[in-house]
Parts: sequence; structure tokens; C-alpha cells
Amino acid sequence: MTDTFQSSQPIYLQLADRLNRQIVSGELKPGDKLPSVREMAVSSKVNPNTVQRTYRELEASGIVESRRGQGTFVTENEDILLSIREKLKQEQIENFIQVMHDMGYQNQEITEGLQTYLEGGARHD
Amino acid sequence: MIEFKDVTKRYMTKTALRDVNLKLDKGKIIGLVGLNGAGKSTTMKLIAGLISPTKGSVELDGKKVTRRMASKVSYLSELDEYYSFYTVQQTIDFFATQFPDFNKEKAEEIRAYMNLDANTKVKHLSKGNRGRLKIILTLSREVPVLLMDEPLSGLDPLVRDSIVKGLITFVDTQKQLVLLSTHQIMEVEMILDEVIAIKDGVLVDHRDVEELRYDEQKGILEWMSSIYE
Repeated sequence: MTDTFQSSQPIYLQLADRLNRQIVSGELKPGDKLPSVREMAVSSKVNPNTVQRTYRELEASGIVESRRGQGTFVTENEDILLSIREKLKQEQIENFIQVMHDMGYQNQEITEGLQTYLEGGARHD
Repeated sequence: MIEFKDVTKRYMTKTALRDVNLKLDKGKIIGLVGLNGAGKSTTMKLIAGLISPTKGSVELDGKKVTRRMASKVSYLSELDEYYSFYTVQQTIDFFATQFPDFNKEKAEEIRAYMNLDANTKVKHLSKGNRGRLKIILTLSREVPVLLMDEPLSGLDPLVRDSIVKGLITFVDTQKQLVLLSTHQIMEVEMILDEVIAIKDGVLVDHRDVEELRYDEQKGILEWMSSIYE
């Protein structure tokens, strides 16, 4: 995790986002232990207070659980995992559609474009 | 934890700081930015008790700062002030005799982390390695306040990187307050909780960095350019 953060967005949210993605992609699995605050701070080169805040945010959303004296773990609750997966998907779609609409593309063009792209992509996979 | 109340500091006819009010809390890493001569070093020396305000007061934990604050404050000055004939180890040992709060095990741990040879004489150290030595000596003291005046200045990027990582690893962000002045904002912006801008002796702004990003979608550099333009 050496890739850098954007300096103009809150780091704790960017780090939370990064961890959410790792959980959804399966890089971090249900029940996995997250690095300690200090380890995470050193490896991502951010302030330990920031990591603390990220962990608090993630805990509030239920995606991770902190166990006293043991550390922070990815939840094994399927409902929460599914809802985060769904939430990230919605966010990406919203961003994409927003950009396309801003450039003046119509819904039909977008769906057709997506369809063609995905079919073409499937052949190359 | 640290409070400046209407602090003015004059040297002869020159006003270094003017009517500064400032509150700093423990458990934070705080950056102090400003052009040369803006009053950064003066601010640090006032907290360290090395100089006294001409007007107003500086308090640490509710008590007026005096020269005896040395027992609560670890101050890394801009200058190199170590005995050149000592080795790294001897310098560490010497510091351990000077400060009762000096943790020799921690010093050894940081020295190893920083990859600094214990037996090299200070006079034979490169500038980068002298920078590392300063960090070891400053961080090894178990004190509530760490003041670092330009800890990255004049050092190459690799050394700056190891110093920043050293700060993340060895500062106790639960208990210690770190105030550091720097021109190398890019290197430290991810580790700062707060940032303070001084201009011509006046405190212009003091911000929580994550709030600045959240409220204004601004990084420290953009914020600074809006101040110093």
C-alpha cells in the first residue's frame, strides 16, 4: 500500500474507501485481522490518529469489528458485506453516469455503449 | 496543553511575534509553516523556555513556561550542536546522562531503524546521518512535548522519508504533542493533524487538516498559497 492519497480529500475517508474496496474484492477476507493502527500508519505513511479515525468509521458502518485486546477484524456478517458490496457498486455507477451526463451522453447511448463494451470485453477475457 | 496569550516578542527593535493567541492539544502532530523570518523558531523557543515573551504569556499545562521546561520539552534546533569527537553511541550515552527521561532502549531501537552505525564519529557523519542522529536524540526522550525546527531541511528525499516514517513509528500520538516547522510540506502533509501559518510575526491561520480537506476540498499547499499570495 504505497500508492499515495489525494491531499485535497480527507485522508481518513480515502483510507476507509481503500479498505472497503479490499474487503469487497476479497483481498481482505471475512474474519481477517486488519494491521494494527501503528502498522497501518507506517505502511500507508499517514498519522496514526488518522488510521484510528478510519477504523472508528469502519467500525461504525459495521464492516469491521474491534475485539478488545485483539485488534480489528473484517466482519463475517454476510448482510453487511453484501450491503457494502452493493453500496460501492452504486457509487461507481453514479460517478460514471454523472460524468457521462456532464459530457452530454444520453441514457440510451450509455447503455448501448456499456453493452457493446462488456460483450467485447467478455470475448477478450 | 500549550497556550499562548497575547504573546509579543521583540528583539531590540524588531518584532518577531505580535499578539499571538494559540492553543495546542496533546496527542497531535502540528505543522508550523511560514517564510524565513516569519517567527517559527521564535515560537518554538518560547515553548522551550529558551526565551521569554516581551508581552503576554506562554503556558504549558497551565503553568508559565520557564527555562525549567526543558524537563517537559524535547527541542530539536536547526543547528548541529553535538560533540564532533563523540561517536553516535557516545552521543546517545551522553544524552542519556543529561536527561532523566531519556530512554536508551528506544534510542537503540530508533538507531537500528534508521540504519545509523553506532561507532561512527559525529564529525564523519554525512549531513543526512546527522539529521538521523538528531531525530534519534529528540524522539528518545519521553516528554510530553517534542519541538522540531526544520527536521527535514537540507536532507535528501530518502533521508526525509526515513525521518517521516520514524516519526510515525516512534511518536506516541496518544500522549505526545509534536510541533514541527518545515518548508517540506509535501513530505509531512499526510502526517499532520493541524497546521499553523505565521506571516511577519502574526498568526494568520490555524486549521485541523482533515477538516480543511473535508470543508474546502483543499490540501495544505493550496491553503498556503491562498495565505501567502
